[in-house]
Amino acid sequence: MAIHPPMLYLGYVGLTVPFAFAMGALLARRTDERWIVATRRWTLAAWAFLGIGQLLGAHWAYVEIGWGGFYAWDPVENAALMPWLAATAFLHSVMIQEKRGMLKVWNVLLIVLAFGLSLFGTFLTRSGIIQSIHSFTQSSIGPWFLGFICLIVVGSLALVFARLPLLRTKTRLESLVSREATFLYNNLLLVALALTILWGVVYPILSQAVTGQAATVSKPYYNFFLHTFGLPLLLLMGIGPLVAWRRASLRALGRTFLWPLAAALVAGIALLAAGAGSSRIGVIAYTFSVFVLASIALEFARGTAARKALGGVGWPAAFSSLIARNRRRYGGYVVHASVVLLAIGVTGASAYQTVREARLKPGQSMTVAGDRLVFRGFQTRMESNHRAIRGLVDVYRGDKYLGRYTPGKNQYFAEDQVSNEVAIRHDLLTGGDLFLIADQVNSNGSIDLKALQKPLVNLLWLAGLVFVGGSLIALWPDAREERRLAERYADAVVRI
Amino acid sequence: MLLAVACVALVALPFLREPSPKDDRLVAPDELEQRRLALAEERDRALAALKELEFDHRTGKVSDDDYRTLVGPLRRRAAEALRALDLRASPTVEEKPVPTHG
Repeated sequence: MAIHPPMLYLGYVGLTVPFAFAMGALLARRTDERWIVATRRWTLAAWAFLGIGQLLGAHWAYVEIGWGGFYAWDPVENAALMPWLAATAFLHSVMIQEKRGMLKVWNVLLIVLAFGLSLFGTFLTRSGIIQSIHSFTQSSIGPWFLGFICLIVVGSLALVFARLPLLRTKTRLESLVSREATFLYNNLLLVALALTILWGVVYPILSQAVTGQAATVSKPYYNFFLHTFGLPLLLLMGIGPLVAWRRASLRALGRTFLWPLAAALVAGIALLAAGAGSSRIGVIAYTFSVFVLASIALEFARGTAARKALGGVGWPAAFSSLIARNRRRYGGYVVHASVVLLAIGVTGASAYQTVREARLKPGQSMTVAGDRLVFRGFQTRMESNHRAIRGLVDVYRGDKYLGRYTPGKNQYFAEDQVSNEVAIRHDLLTGGDLFLIADQVNSNGSIDLKALQKPLVNLLWLAGLVFVGGSLIALWPDAREERRLAERYADAVVRI
Repeated sequence: MLLAVACVALVALPFLREPSPKDDRLVAPDELEQRRLALAEERDRALAALKELEFDHRTGKVSDDDYRTLVGPLRRRAAEALRALDLRASPTVEEKPVPTHG
């Protein structure tokens, strides 16, 4: 938990750098790619910190808060997600500018959006305008901060408008079936998702201001848009790498899509045969996930084979050379793999989770997803600042004893506060968790026990590690690239 | 409030002072410099696109037909940008306008 806020802070603050460079470039009428090249790693680092910060926050919520989930669509959670989505769109669209010289206006607008949303996130946390676990203070800074955000956004947009003639480009999209087109679709979906989340966050505030009553925007609203925009995004992560820049013929597409499509088809049929059809969204998400993983694996395999043929070296050398020669692309693929792991974990833990609740007296049992839970009674111990009450729950699978787990509550002497202390049984083989919550500790010696079986949820945390790995690969400096850029800008001395 | 104004003034001070050396100012790039940069970016873009096209062709992502259609214009663009940059590097040669494609 200790590093979750600093990570998010680094993410928020880091977005200042590309924003400042973009504004500086516009002010100085230097609308070439230098501001993008100079801030590439800053943007990537800020984006990675935001992503890591959110995953750490999700892990903390899962283990510590005790409600059985990892993301609650809390306004401040959303406030960190929105700039991350905008920055993700930016990281993709700058590649179109670098490769094709297109989307100059869009890229500047995206960085204004990402920075504006990071300011908005800080505003939500510090202004006390919302009720949330993350709202740290009731202070008078709100109106000032809101004024500052308006100033930044309006000022930036006015500057972009004033520089429009310099930002316009002649290059047009050659084909709707090309890498740059898939990046465009991805951008539209990411921005649409960020804006619908933004609407969900501000709607209660606006309704409070207009009608005096705060309307609530709850989980179904967010889930609807997550499915509507998130699933096509997942699919695009598999399609994008398989499509060439500029244009792709049907013949080439047929060849590159064959194996990933076949893998996805087999996975979809196997999932339905295994009974996963209880959740349509789940089957779609898993089928798309297999498609994306297959396309990433194919990209690495074909790339390594081509590098091997070119260099006449062994497989390991060809593989490392492939990554070293295009760290951004292959680091990006590793990040894509982490997003797929995340999607699999989230789908397993939400679409396929089993929840059972029961009031148990000592000796009584309940069953959740095949596991038998036997309540044995309570154990209480006094600590320096609280009384710890733990329910003793023995878990069996068939006749096999899996262990004793102790969900309970801590009663803190100061301010009479009570916290939920959950018990989690990690199954590293299946990636799932048995999550136990002592909802109520009753005076007659019984317990209101809530048990959640969450398949594949541990892939979320694995996704975090893969995400860090992919980000590091993409961030790692490339001497060849640095030399090329140094040569390009050698004569263009910036006089300050 | 006073503290905030003082902080803003302190941070903004270097921007308000008149720079002493004559060239110590942020200047908009002149047309020549803009053109040179655009050409350098165009050259790098075309060369990178060529490399990418070759690699995508080798991995089967680009068909033979697509490769033949795309490689010519990319080579021409790279050559045009290189030629135009060479002309700029040589002060004795009169500049000719060179079309850019991006």
